[in-house]
Amino acid sequence: MSNEIAVQHGVASHEVHEHHDGHHHHETFITKYVFSQDHKMIAKQFLITGIIWAIIGGLMSVLFRIQLGYPEATFPWLEDIFGHWAKDGKIQPEFFYALGTMHGTILVFFVLTAGLSGTFANLLIPYQIGARDMASPFMNMLSYWFFVLASIILLSSLFVQTGPASGGWTVYPPLSALGDASQGSKIGMDLWLVSLAMFVVSSLLGGLNYVSTILNMRTKGMTMTRMPLTIWALLFTAILGLLSFPVLFSGFILLLFDRHLGTSFYLSDIVLGGNILPNEGGSPILYQHLFWFLGHPEVYIIILPTMGLVSEVMSINARKPIFGYMAMIASMFAIALLAFLVWAHHMFVTGMNPFLGSVFVLLTLLIAVPSAIKVFNWLTTLWRGNIRFTPGMLFCVGFVSMFISGGLTGIFVGNSTLDIHLHDTYFVIAHFHIVMGVSAFMGMFAGVYHWFPKMYGRYMNNTLGYIHFWVTLICAYVIFWPMHYEGFAGMPRRYYDYSGWESFKHFVELNRVISFAAIVSFLVQLLFVFNFFYSIFKGRKVTTLNPWNANTLEWTTPINPGHGNWPGEIPEVHRWAYDYGKDGKDFIPQTEPVSKDESTH
Amino acid sequence: MTWTEYFVIIIGVLIFVVIFQIAKASEYVSVLKGEKKAFQQNNRINAFLMLVFLVLGLAAAWWCNKLLYKKTLLWLPSASEHGEKIDTMMWITIAITGIVFFVTQILLFWFAYKYQATEKRKAHYYPHNNKLELLWTAVPAIALTVLVSFGLYYWYKITGDAPKDAMEVEITGHQFGWEYRYPGKDGVLGRQHYRLTDAAKGNPLGQDWNDVANHDDLHPSELHLVVDKPVKLIIRSQDVIHDVGLPHFRLKMDAVPGTPTTMWFTPKHTTAKMKELTGNENFVYEISCDQMCGSGHYSMKGTIVVETQEEFDKWINSQKPQYVTAHPDGAVAVAATVAPAAADSVKAAAGTGPKSEH
Ligand code: HEM
Ligand SMILES: [Cu+2]
Ligand SMILES: [Cu+2]
Repeated sequence: MSNEIAVQHGVASHEVHEHHDGHHHHETFITKYVFSQDHKMIAKQFLITGIIWAIIGGLMSVLFRIQLGYPEATFPWLEDIFGHWAKDGKIQPEFFYALGTMHGTILVFFVLTAGLSGTFANLLIPYQIGARDMASPFMNMLSYWFFVLASIILLSSLFVQTGPASGGWTVYPPLSALGDASQGSKIGMDLWLVSLAMFVVSSLLGGLNYVSTILNMRTKGMTMTRMPLTIWALLFTAILGLLSFPVLFSGFILLLFDRHLGTSFYLSDIVLGGNILPNEGGSPILYQHLFWFLGHPEVYIIILPTMGLVSEVMSINARKPIFGYMAMIASMFAIALLAFLVWAHHMFVTGMNPFLGSVFVLLTLLIAVPSAIKVFNWLTTLWRGNIRFTPGMLFCVGFVSMFISGGLTGIFVGNSTLDIHLHDTYFVIAHFHIVMGVSAFMGMFAGVYHWFPKMYGRYMNNTLGYIHFWVTLICAYVIFWPMHYEGFAGMPRRYYDYSGWESFKHFVELNRVISFAAIVSFLVQLLFVFNFFYSIFKGRKVTTLNPWNANTLEWTTPINPGHGNWPGEIPEVHRWAYDYGKDGKDFIPQTEPVSKDESTH
Repeated sequence: MTWTEYFVIIIGVLIFVVIFQIAKASEYVSVLKGEKKAFQQNNRINAFLMLVFLVLGLAAAWWCNKLLYKKTLLWLPSASEHGEKIDTMMWITIAITGIVFFVTQILLFWFAYKYQATEKRKAHYYPHNNKLELLWTAVPAIALTVLVSFGLYYWYKITGDAPKDAMEVEITGHQFGWEYRYPGKDGVLGRQHYRLTDAAKGNPLGQDWNDVANHDDLHPSELHLVVDKPVKLIIRSQDVIHDVGLPHFRLKMDAVPGTPTTMWFTPKHTTAKMKELTGNENFVYEISCDQMCGSGHYSMKGTIVVETQEEFDKWINSQKPQYVTAHPDGAVAVAATVAPAAADSVKAAAGTGPKSEH
């Protein structure tokens, strides 16, 4: 399984002989920074595109939170910017729903899937398994550019006359199938579907690459069970994506057919605004099955990579091996497997057969077990460690805290009996924002702070990192914790205004507090963005090869590695990645042969 | 933009600049002081903040509960028997997950504080322990089995068949409102076909007037239910997916076009009683649409009145069948002429459209 294959004619083998930092003689600006085939550069492209999307998506949530927090107020500047979408300084319902839909789509797919997997799979897989690049650097490049294409299409949908899709990020038909049912179901919906179709192509190209690289291109000695957990996590993530995205794709294609070719896959017995539609025999529930067959694995596509990142960063900074390495792999395997068998827990109240529902309850609560194992393992990793609170490590602690809080509410909604009351209320919003939204962001931040020195040869500013972490953690709880109470009151999600409801209108002040915290937390993310870009150019320079005293292979490359990563031979691996604090030694890199008198475990 | 808005922006930018300057300065200081010393100091601060966050966080959770508990439905008795089961389940789950929450969060932040880096200590090399791992696989599995068993026991009760004596009412959603239909004296809801829908002709629900069972069906503007009498809702949608959300009864069920769904329950408290229990003069049982259905989703409200049998009888006797509304000039005559062709007319309607029918 050695990896002396020169993945790219010329480039890799050239680098072997040229001991300098990255400028290759036939690399132009275009091939180096734009149509790059170097995994490191593609990772940066994904990351920066993801950051831009996160700012846009975050800003959208600020806008709709303004409406929820101040339903009575008017803001003339909104009209200055958005014209008739914010008539008289008030966000209009159609605009509100478009914002929410775009926020969800952007954050789930463009930021936490492409931005996250795209960044860390590209960055870490070749580095940590000891490969010069991905199996197919060209496909890898295509993967990024399909993502850009998807981005451009989605962005363009924001500027069409009738506005972007507005039926929620899950775009359930018939609402999404019938242009007359809502403004957002007109051309904006087509653009949404085409954009997401391109996105699926991007994901598949990326995923195929990740899997084949991990399976085939590990350096000498890098057996599967010596791989860092990051790589295991990225492997399972890629497999989940490969198996489930095609199903989503087919669901979207059928929806396009229903929209334009007069088919009735999802449509039946519809009278819309007095018009009797000809469609009979279809089922809107079919779409939900197809959607959630991806939709549920998708949430693990988002969280698994961050579980890997957190395990790695936590172990390094606790100066201890990750506790239960094998159990961690086994639980990720269990999660990946079960992720395919629980999708209908999103559909308990669609009128499905109660027996079928009960099967999904069982499988859903089963998936909580491996999640629990992981939490206990992280806690034990901290126990009797010697913890360095780098910004990366702080975010690891934040991740675990959030994952616990959100995982526990999964046990509520996973139990169909309780879900009857809680479904589609703010309880669900709280559940998935905590367990997926905030946790995944925390894990991603841990990764960015930790590997920034490897990406740019500089450090990010620590003090800004600390401020970023603490304010984010506090805001996250202030925003989402009280939402559980709104959920207990049955307060529905996706409402533009609650003031007309006797049952929910007493949450106005609370909504104001939440909106305020959301705005603060958005501003603090801007601080991070600033820190990120400033540090690329002006950050403190990295002066040692291995700034965190870590064991993995990426820290054996030069500070600013060229295409091909290692100037000489790829190092050989002799042990797992977690020998921290073993036999009184602070750390033992994977490249160090096992000595005779070393203890075994 | 107004001056205050400019002002807010300027202040915001200033705060940014100040934070940035402090951060920059602290980086220089750490270089001067020596990396190691600066690291140790920062580490102590962050570790201490872990402890502070834990303590203040728990206090804040308690405070939040104090402020919000009364705004939820948890303290109120559920308005249906099913809801009581759901509440019991909810409390069991809150208790179990609550314990786990406190234990794990306390351990997390406590460990973070306690095991902060010091020169004195070395990390303990502890890669795995099969017994421990078995333990914390088994314990959650058992706890979850208990929750699942309770949950499914109730789930089957709630989703099981409605009692024989349940009153049937149909509720139909459309953008953006609800329609109700009562079966009338014969106790049978008449046949329907969506192609017969014609609001202009007094037939918003697509009732087939050839079916005699339709002639006494009522179409009131509110949903009235009888206290302590089971009711079975037949739930339909005319256009997109909606959802009949009944927070006080702790129930909800989607309204799916093309596929009618059902939900049954027994109301336990009259509206008047709920006014007392909640201490809210304006209390109403509201039906909230819980499935995104378009730009008016947030205003798709219905009202339920739960009352005694006498009150209900009085109310229902004052309602006029929709058939009469739809045939202001001689309902009987129309029925008589079309009745023989009843069976085919639905099919015919399906082929040619309803306009040619009536
Ligand atoms: C601990 C185990 C978990 C269980 C038992 C669980 C269960 C559920 C259930 C039953 C729902 C549907 C709720 C409803 O719509 O009424 C749900 C929603 C959701 N969960 Fe979880 N969950 C768990 C963990 C996670 C994790 C780890 C993630 C993501 C990383 C996640 C992400 C989501 C998302 C995104 C939704 C909402 C989607 C939507 O309706 O828009 N959950 N969860
Ligand atoms: Cu799910
Ligand atoms: Cu609705």
